[in-house]
Amino acid sequence: MGRSPWARFRADRRAMVCLYLLCAELLAVLLLPPLLGLEPNVSDLEAGFWALPSAEHPLGTDDVGRDLLARLLSGGQVSLFIGLSSAAISTALGVPLGLLAGYRRGAWEFWIMRLADIFQTFPSIVLVLCLVTVVGPAALNIVLVLGLLGWTGIARLVYGNTLAVREREYVLAARALGARTGTILRRNILPNVISPVWCSIPLRAGRAILSESSLSFLGFGIRAPQASWGSMIQYASNLTVLTGRPWVWLPPGLCIILTVLCLAGIGDGLRDALDPRFDGGRP
Amino acid sequence: MGRYFRRRLLTAIPVFFGITILVFCMLNLAQGSILDLMGEGSGATDADRSALAASLGLDQPLPQRYLSWLGGLLRGDLGNSYANGKPVAGLIAQRVGPSLLLTGTGVALAVAIALPLGVLAAAQPRSGWDRTASALSLISFGVPGFFLCLAGIFLFSVTLGWLPANGMYAAGRFSGLADLLRHLILPAGVVCLSSVGELVKQTRAACLETLGEDYIRTARAKGLTERAVMVRHAFRGSLIPVLTTILSHIPHILGGSVVVEQVFGWPGMGSLLFSGISGRDYTVVMGVTVVIALTVLLTNLLLDLVYGLVDPRVRYGKG
Repeated sequence: MGRSPWARFRADRRAMVCLYLLCAELLAVLLLPPLLGLEPNVSDLEAGFWALPSAEHPLGTDDVGRDLLARLLSGGQVSLFIGLSSAAISTALGVPLGLLAGYRRGAWEFWIMRLADIFQTFPSIVLVLCLVTVVGPAALNIVLVLGLLGWTGIARLVYGNTLAVREREYVLAARALGARTGTILRRNILPNVISPVWCSIPLRAGRAILSESSLSFLGFGIRAPQASWGSMIQYASNLTVLTGRPWVWLPPGLCIILTVLCLAGIGDGLRDALDPRFDGGRP
Repeated sequence: MGRYFRRRLLTAIPVFFGITILVFCMLNLAQGSILDLMGEGSGATDADRSALAASLGLDQPLPQRYLSWLGGLLRGDLGNSYANGKPVAGLIAQRVGPSLLLTGTGVALAVAIALPLGVLAAAQPRSGWDRTASALSLISFGVPGFFLCLAGIFLFSVTLGWLPANGMYAAGRFSGLADLLRHLILPAGVVCLSSVGELVKQTRAACLETLGEDYIRTARAKGLTERAVMVRHAFRGSLIPVLTTILSHIPHILGGSVVVEQVFGWPGMGSLLFSGISGRDYTVVMGVTVVIALTVLLTNLLLDLVYGLVDPRVRYGKG
């Protein structure tokens, strides 16, 4: 009891393992390519196409002789960048919109929450697919589309908690003291509604990585010469690759699964750490 | 009662217009890109461009086009496919059955697994059931649907050779129920596996919450067996939150089966959507999108009204 959230998070072994794994993965995709001198877009004509794994190409080469390990790492940069930055955009949109809808109520509440309803009636992959087709499948566009479409869940979370907090005495006191709405939202309400948001950011990033990989796998997202984990698994739609060369599609698949599960583990750890009732294990 | 229904209907109307406006705007952006394709260097003259614009109806002002499209939508006319000139509504109608079959089977399987497993996991925390439930929710959340498809094809179609990996019928048309079922197992299994985790998790959480209620203590105090307490009281008390979860997951489940259809070549709305997008057949794309979104809106509305009838707390709590 009485420990700080960070101390509680550190005591959570599973969450810490997830955090370490994710950091290791980030470091690997960022540092290994320059350290090992890996070139994701250069064909090795000596090794040839579809070379088997060897000392020189630990995961072999692809259909045009590019090193698959180099592509796995640069694809990781793309996938992780898309996941993390679109989650940041969704949060930056969802938190203020949820606060406004919950605190101002009235027309703000009606329009913001109806907008959330509209976005949530579409299966997200359908809307992402249509929008990416319209704006073009560049990595930055995918970040924007996923970020713009992901705000609804976070806004709903903030909205619900704001509704509960806005009736509390300290908010009334701040209002009676003549504090402006912006100040009340920032100083009195935000700190009391933000903790569930911290837990949902990693989950949001995980979902964004899944959306991006589905999109790229189906050929509507990241395209050659750029790589992403999803687009690398595309090779497996070919039956000979699927059965004969599992080292081509299994590593990116496992990377996606590992990343998403680590993000989920961090989210769970944050939830337990930020909620004092969870101190000392599961409820 | 009437007041709750009116309020619920009134919030659905702006959402309906929002959906149609959003889809229509995307359609327009995309159609604009068709005209851009005919721009500089394509060999098309200004006359060609205005002829195309007129044939697509792009020469009329935007609000007027929206209204005529909306009028068509309300009459069930979604325009004609650019690719083959057939009415989009007819193309979609052919695909609704297979999609319903696939998604329905997948969800039914998921519910049939999730409800008992969730109750067992709540009744015996940290047991094997509980661990199975957590493992399932990890798989559902962490493994992308298309990867489950590939794993299924790899395992059951290629390695074991038990199940077909493509299409709905072996001969290209209906040739017996057994053939259809064999084709259905893998895709429906993937749909089930990617939605079962969240359902199990929510069933378990809802059951755990109900177990803390006073009436459960009463039921135990009057000497009911643990089984009767779980099944007749805890499970029934948690049905509404579980139903809400299933409901709020409909868009997610539909999105999942869109991808599954594409990977398995299942002739449903999802593969129609993908072929529309690859062929830049935007009337088809927008038709499918709007039909999917309106289906979700309508199911949400209907089920909310049913809740209101069944559970008075819903009527007064939010009304």
